[in-house]
Amino acid sequence: MEITGANAMGTNPSTNINKSLYEIRWHGRGGQGAITAAKIVAQAAFLEGYRGVTAAPSFGAERRGAPVSASTRISQEPVMVMSQVENPDVVVVLDQTLLKRDGVTSGLSTGGWLIVNSGVDPKELGVEGRFNIATADATRVCQELGLIVSGLIVVNTAILGAFIRATKAVSMPSVEKAIKGRFPKEAVEINLAAIARTYEMTKLEELRK
Amino acid sequence: MQTRGCGHICGESSPGIGEAGKTGEWRDSYPLIDLRKCTPAKQNKPACFQCWLYCPDAVISKTIPVQVNLEYCKGCGICAEVCPVHAITMVAEETSCSS
Amino acid sequence: MIDKKSGSNSDIQILDGNRAAAIGAKLSRVQVIAAYPITPQTPVTEALSEFVERGELDAQYIAVESEHSALAVCTSASIAGARAFTATSSHGLAYMHEMLHWAAGTRLPLVLACVNRAIGAPWNVLNDQQDSISQRDTGWIQIYARNNQEILDSVIQAYKIAETVYVPVMICYDGYILSHTEMPVAIPLQQDVDRFLPQYRPHTILDSSNPKNYNLVTLANPRINAEGVLCHGYMELRYLLQEALQNSRETIRKVGQEFGELFGRSYTDLLWKEKMEDADIVIVAMGSLAMEAIVASKMLREEGYKTGVLGLRLFRPFPKADVLKALSKSRLVVIFDKNISYGSEGAVCSEIKAALYGSQVNAAIRNFIVGLGGRDVTAREMADAVKKSIASLTEGVPNKGYPEWICHI
Repeated sequence: MEITGANAMGTNPSTNINKSLYEIRWHGRGGQGAITAAKIVAQAAFLEGYRGVTAAPSFGAERRGAPVSASTRISQEPVMVMSQVENPDVVVVLDQTLLKRDGVTSGLSTGGWLIVNSGVDPKELGVEGRFNIATADATRVCQELGLIVSGLIVVNTAILGAFIRATKAVSMPSVEKAIKGRFPKEAVEINLAAIARTYEMTKLEELRK
Repeated sequence: MQTRGCGHICGESSPGIGEAGKTGEWRDSYPLIDLRKCTPAKQNKPACFQCWLYCPDAVISKTIPVQVNLEYCKGCGICAEVCPVHAITMVAEETSCSS
Repeated sequence: MIDKKSGSNSDIQILDGNRAAAIGAKLSRVQVIAAYPITPQTPVTEALSEFVERGELDAQYIAVESEHSALAVCTSASIAGARAFTATSSHGLAYMHEMLHWAAGTRLPLVLACVNRAIGAPWNVLNDQQDSISQRDTGWIQIYARNNQEILDSVIQAYKIAETVYVPVMICYDGYILSHTEMPVAIPLQQDVDRFLPQYRPHTILDSSNPKNYNLVTLANPRINAEGVLCHGYMELRYLLQEALQNSRETIRKVGQEFGELFGRSYTDLLWKEKMEDADIVIVAMGSLAMEAIVASKMLREEGYKTGVLGLRLFRPFPKADVLKALSKSRLVVIFDKNISYGSEGAVCSEIKAALYGSQVNAAIRNFIVGLGGRDVTAREMADAVKKSIASLTEGVPNKGYPEWICHI
């Protein structure tokens, strides 16, 4: 189903979602901001006119440095599915070391996107599957910009640049608006800069059809 | 997934290493011990061991010299805080994400 | 639920369930808040203390050392004539058990947000509904929300219901699944809520110029008080509490209708019905599971089954007549319970069976225990359970005496 028509913001739809329920799973480590990323994308999608959005952390105790996950669901209708995401359209990995763990790409749909915070080319990641791969060195971007909170490089916003570039599921202006609504004023500029830089450097490897 | 055929009828476990997996990978910095300053190593005596005492994950050995099991050390830095002779510094791990 | 009236989304925010509950309490202009933090309820207490600290909510936030004290404080505040709010989960609710009885027995219109979580042993912090179900006989009205909009709306309605019938109300919502999941929530304007919810008019007022003694020793038989008036004994007061709950259904319906007229989201029905018009197979669930059930029903419809979903919004008082009417055309009722009355069956199942007893409805009943301690329940699993139930009917299996479990044993 192609999503068309005027949206709640009164602007033209600019996104690339062609399913009734679009699911994103985020993998990171406690403190990297995977949950916030999930929420920003949900907010951005809502601003684009999707009535049904949800953003959820992996349930339970979360600890700094420990593997965590989060999910975002996007739909034109209110989201009824409350169970865990099984077949994501997109998997975003905020920490490349997580790739060696089981389950990170599990269930990723054929033709979906695997987006990894990594300095290497998608082909060199050593991950195989019937999905597209995008990589961007969000960590380097954050280091260069000084996007470091309590000693931890916070890559969650930067990686959104790669997310937007690869999936086109949400637009840059909506993400900007979501960030302005969520972050304190002084933090907005640096986060937007991180997104823009990561967007530019994202390397894409699309599945041959 | 299969049910663990453990025969238990209540939640039960025994003290053991690694119920939460290899927690060393949660770490973003690790403790580096300067053996020239560390009391047991310097004096060659079983003394001090504050790091062993305070480590919440019991990954520091009460040996001469003391040793940190980096497979499970989460890098919390409590050992560096409690060391009375400042022999321990926390060193940032290199993240594999950066180029 | 979609706000039909809302043309713009200026008043819609993406909120998790805990924030929705806290905003509901704030919009209800609660005057006293006493709560003790426990996972997954903690963010409710954090949000409310923030509102008070910032001066956005003119209330006393009283820090306490336990849930028992939290409800004791709210009970006292309510007796003194204040609108009071508390929230808890699991062991916290269990610890409140005694005070739950005191609040209902005093007929105080308190509102409590119960963020449903499993109870130990063994330790678990995740969702099921064993905590609130274990408190079902304390005399509180129990409302279950399916999503975050319903949480916010129900907290506001709860005060109006409670203050009309003088029975405390528990708003229950699934821990994590709702409490920590963000989704769009329409936030009513304060002036509209003020129009909807009049000031609290207590039936108990502590006033030094007119001293009163509440909850005195009240023995078996009616007694003559100091003024020579014959007063109710313990049993008569219990009868009145039961009557109040029985009669509260109409108030709950009326308040839900008024809410709908003002805010465009109607709660006139005590049940959520989905494709029930022609359904001969009905899935029954309570809380967020009633949303997942809609997805399961859709899957089954695509396979040609005539399924519908009956979502329970109200558990106490149980909407017997409504359930009976809704199930009048069903031939199979499949009930999913996120709780278990050990040695018997799921609590919702028992209620449904009791509602159907002696009626013309001769539906077969199947009960599945699911989702305990946060075990994920997928729509596919629910659909498979329904198909398994259908198969057992065609194989001539009569009503089963015990529930089936969706677990690894």
